[in-house]
Amino acid sequence: MVPRPFRLVGRRQDTTDTFTVLLEPTEGDPLGFVPGQFTMLSAFGVGEVPVSVSGAAHVAGPLQHTVRDVGAVTHALSRASVGDVLGVRGPYGTGWDVAHGHGKDVVFVAGGIGLAPLRPAVLEVLSHRDRYRRVVVLYGTRSPDDLLFADSLADWQGQGVELLVTVDYGPPSWAGRVGLVTTLIPRAGFDPKYTLAFVCGPEVMMRRSAMALVERGVTPDSIRVSLERNMRCGVGLCGHCQFRELFICVDGPVLSYARVAGLLGYREV
Amino acid sequence: MDNSSEMILRVAGLQSLIDLLRAQAWVVVGPTVRDGAIVHAPIESVDQLPRGIGDLQDGGSYRLRQRGDEALFGYSVGPQGWKSLLFPSRELLWSGQRDGADVAVEPAVVDPPRLALLGVRSCDLHAIAIHDRVLTERAVPDAAYAARRDNIFVVAVTCSDPGGTCFCVSMGTGPVPDRGFDLALTELLDPAGHRFLVVPGTARGAQVLDELRALAADEAAMPADEPDRLAARDVGAQAALRMGRALDVDGIRDLLYANTEHPQWEDVASRCLACTNCTLVCPTCFCTSVDDVGDLTGSTTERWRVWDSCFNTDFSYLHGGSVRSSVSSRYRQWATHKLASWVDQFGTSGCVGCGRCITWCPAAIDITAEVAAIRSRED
Repeated sequence: MVPRPFRLVGRRQDTTDTFTVLLEPTEGDPLGFVPGQFTMLSAFGVGEVPVSVSGAAHVAGPLQHTVRDVGAVTHALSRASVGDVLGVRGPYGTGWDVAHGHGKDVVFVAGGIGLAPLRPAVLEVLSHRDRYRRVVVLYGTRSPDDLLFADSLADWQGQGVELLVTVDYGPPSWAGRVGLVTTLIPRAGFDPKYTLAFVCGPEVMMRRSAMALVERGVTPDSIRVSLERNMRCGVGLCGHCQFRELFICVDGPVLSYARVAGLLGYREV
Repeated sequence: MDNSSEMILRVAGLQSLIDLLRAQAWVVVGPTVRDGAIVHAPIESVDQLPRGIGDLQDGGSYRLRQRGDEALFGYSVGPQGWKSLLFPSRELLWSGQRDGADVAVEPAVVDPPRLALLGVRSCDLHAIAIHDRVLTERAVPDAAYAARRDNIFVVAVTCSDPGGTCFCVSMGTGPVPDRGFDLALTELLDPAGHRFLVVPGTARGAQVLDELRALAADEAAMPADEPDRLAARDVGAQAALRMGRALDVDGIRDLLYANTEHPQWEDVASRCLACTNCTLVCPTCFCTSVDDVGDLTGSTTERWRVWDSCFNTDFSYLHGGSVRSSVSSRYRQWATHKLASWVDQFGTSGCVGCGRCITWCPAAIDITAEVAAIRSRED
């Protein structure tokens, strides 16, 4: 339950409210993790929040977290500068297990900052591109200004990723699509019978996306979602993240849609 | 354990037991009367026990009463079980000291006291066993709880006069202690005199009885005979017949899962104040939050873990709002967790039937009645 001190070695402002921190332990080994896992990130004296890892798992380098400045702790994290020390506990939770998609089409559906927890999974797929068939990334965000990882996205396209992007509202200068990410699902090139899908974003977006994937013919047990709940401990002791019988921090955050589809249909569980 | 190790203690013999435990460096914590309630506190003498005190409990109501006898354990359960001793409501996790840009983090040192718990009811024994599973049998156990848990000596007592909100019989958790104790007492108040049948539950408990045998005066500690055993068995059997409440647990997990949208949740929400009393008195509720505290200069930081409650709005807060903003969803979470999802998580119900949540609810909400209402009008 005690955080390890990590030093901020790099910082990138991704959008007006979203930033990425690059962290290295002040001593000891770097943090090993699998794509989809999260850590508990502390701003000393302010508090601690769960944040998914957004960097690659298979290459050495600083620990990356992409954070949206929405509360007291994330605001304190946003003000940390290179050289500062933050606390890290973890990694915790389940991963995307992208290797289950070997020999299949893999489809990533991201809503807003939901692209950040998916990024390590996309990077893992691209590091073994030949083991997968088609790779599709469907990404919906609020506005063109909120697009994350724009450089990465162009890079992914260069590596044979079918990338479809849509925004909720675009200025007249926006030539791309406008609409919900779910509208991309019927258009993307994948074979639903041989597809493993990874969905991350706001809960309602994940639910609607999973429903659209099922409608297209993907079975619920071939769809993975990453659920979010209030977390205080990360190890199933504090009780905050319960989703009926599930502790999202231990049994999740990545869960089979088949496992949670029924529960997601109830309000306020 | 064979019967020969069982003993009869007079009140003087109980005092000898307290003296012996204290001599073995245990802090004896037992029931006392404070502020009109039974409260656990360190004791040295049987004179500090609630002699002749019983209680009257009902939904939203708790009163002590004079029993008109000499019983030392004649009450049912007080507002707090033993949770606050093993799992404190506020506990330091670590502290950090800033030195320039660096922060040195030190885990809190746990120095558990040696506590002998005197007068633990069967419901509370089961509650401790549930906490053992929830807090220690995990991938990342609660080390501070485990350290405290390893430093207790348990003297249980058969419940002789259950309260109006008790339903341990329904939950299979009482009223006779069946496990988890070093010694178990049954208080006897019959024509043969005020005495206690003592049964060891562990080798350590039997050892204490052996030492007590050598130490106590002959008339204060005697071998138990068959009439004593029969009388003690009758105390438990009679108590089991006097439960104030009952809960039909048949298929309760599936019942609650299938009735996630039952109108009764709205009905109870119209009465529930979301005050968190039920979770604070519940001996198995384990939810906690953390508070980070810094000094004004920002050079020191402490992280404290504090009891939390699923009835608090911000318990489920995510950016943008709480997952469970309605009171109905919060009561549903509590009751469903306690009686249904707890079974999936830990292989046991989270309810021991102690009735505290009913007694200490200011709106007299009764979990047994709410479940019965759902069962009677199933979707």
